[in-house]
Amino acid sequence: MEAVTQQIPLEHFLALSAILFSLGIYGVLTRRNAVLILMSVELMLNAASINMVAFAAYASPELFTGMIFAIFIITVAAAEVGLALAIILRVYRNRGTANVDEVSDLKW
Amino acid sequence: MTVAQIIFYLIAALAVGGALGVVLARNAVYAALFLILALLAVAGVYILLGSEFLALVQVLIYAGAITVLLLFALMLTRTTDVAESMTGAQWPLAVVVSMLLGGLLIVTVTTSDWPGDADGTITRILFEDLGAALFTQWAVPFEIASLVLFVALVGAIVIAREEEGE
Repeated sequence: MEAVTQQIPLEHFLALSAILFSLGIYGVLTRRNAVLILMSVELMLNAASINMVAFAAYASPELFTGMIFAIFIITVAAAEVGLALAIILRVYRNRGTANVDEVSDLKW
Repeated sequence: MTVAQIIFYLIAALAVGGALGVVLARNAVYAALFLILALLAVAGVYILLGSEFLALVQVLIYAGAITVLLLFALMLTRTTDVAESMTGAQWPLAVVVSMLLGGLLIVTVTTSDWPGDADGTITRILFEDLGAALFTQWAVPFEIASLVLFVALVGAIVIAREEEGE
């Protein structure tokens, strides 16, 4: 395997992932529309994947466990988005809204 | 500064800008387009980390399929672009929480001792090595992933389809 030398410390990748993750948290906490909440969740999943791939590339490049993990994260994200959108469509059809704060029957 | 560093900071700025657009955009469709920008930037990060396959998968599945699905959902639920309906009233608290979490994560990341980051070389992952690992060492999780996708597909159809008399 050919090595590409670069001078970026591992911490910078982890910091980028931390920033993306907290932006995703902000989106999940503030957005009212379920589809936009889902987009923020995607941001958080991507932040986790960056962590995995960065650790794999710096710590154990001969095993690429992190890359395999990221592939599975993407697979599960695809399944999750499909299911979540089906549920959102069903909620919209029954309630006429996709805003999560208006679907609060279980809240007392 | 080396070329790799310049490219990394450019890509990181694009990713953070795209993520800011996703959480702050007034128009839901713009948020989805910003999400594409952020996901493509993350694909660039994967290339910098030496795994082209992951970058390809990211562009095809995330930036391609998943965002198109999200745009379809926006269209089918007729999400309006009225500015005030997009964000909840608790946003100042959310700013505090996410900044605290982000600050904590960054402090932890920069003060910790990570193993194996001494030489700063990235090994390029070849497609055939990744494929061989996926089909030998990780064959069982791979098959389970196909089952997960199948069940999610069937579940999505069952949940979303119109029933008789509805």
